[in-house]
Amino acid sequence: MAVNNPISGLNKIFDNRIRLGVMSIVMVNDEISFNDLKQLLEVTDGNLATHLQTLEENGFLKVHKGFVGRKTNTTYSITKAGEKAFKDHLSALEKMINGVK
Amino acid sequence: MSVQNSHLEALQDIRQMMQRSSRFISLSGLSGIAAGICGLAGSYGAHLLIQNHVKPYRDVYASRGTLNDLDISLFLLALATFTLAVLSAFYFTWRKTKKDRVALWNHTSLQLAWNMILPLVAGGLFILALLQNGIWMFIVPGCLVFYGLALVNASKYTLSDIRYLGISEIILGLIATQFTNRGLVFWAIGFGVLHIVYGFLMWNKYERKADVA
Repeated sequence: MAVNNPISGLNKIFDNRIRLGVMSIVMVNDEISFNDLKQLLEVTDGNLATHLQTLEENGFLKVHKGFVGRKTNTTYSITKAGEKAFKDHLSALEKMINGVK
Repeated sequence: MSVQNSHLEALQDIRQMMQRSSRFISLSGLSGIAAGICGLAGSYGAHLLIQNHVKPYRDVYASRGTLNDLDISLFLLALATFTLAVLSAFYFTWRKTKKDRVALWNHTSLQLAWNMILPLVAGGLFILALLQNGIWMFIVPGCLVFYGLALVNASKYTLSDIRYLGISEIILGLIATQFTNRGLVFWAIGFGVLHIVYGFLMWNKYERKADVA
């Protein structure tokens, strides 16, 4: 899978609304739990887990597995690479919109 | 055109998610108004208590030394006012979260609560220490300044307008340090009038249209 669309510079990985949502959230929060993400994005466990895995495999997310009492509490935070990719994606979006105007 | 629209939509999504995930925006202006009314009522109650107690003395507020037996009743009144104010503030914000279909206790509201409580507890303990040593004159300025700092701190996790309420409380508290014999007046302005004014401004800015629609 090509990471960048050669024409626009838009990141293919962020084409998906849920992945884009996850990245927006981790950009402004130091860390956020799986359940908070689920609540904010209004998606099912399975759906969210798949997208989180994609983002993790691309090196955009750091995963911390912990416990609250006996329950697992998985939190996510953004990596340097993720931050850069997201910012580039935003600049590309901006350019596209200005370009068409 | 549709490509451009989808990009605009993506940007709107991003902005909404960034805001919704980092700020608790369901704080209701009506909460401020309700807390302000409790504050004013409490101040008036305290005024009556003090007046009844020191009737024989000429200057109602300057005769702090005679207030010792009043401590308990004033303290209870303050506690009741505070409880009522917090409960009513919670009620209106809870109502708004229902309308916005968000949870009252989520990641953002917990962050908001924590950042508010930390300076408040520090301030509360500090003021109790003042009381312990009988330093009455700095209680009102202390409450206002610490409360203002708590609001400024909390404003990063909710509607940013709260910041200006916080700054107003701090300024008022600092002015109050120069008029320590008129503490109750500053108390009523800070916890009553300012809450009502800001509550109304915020209700007007964020909620009025939604309520009418």
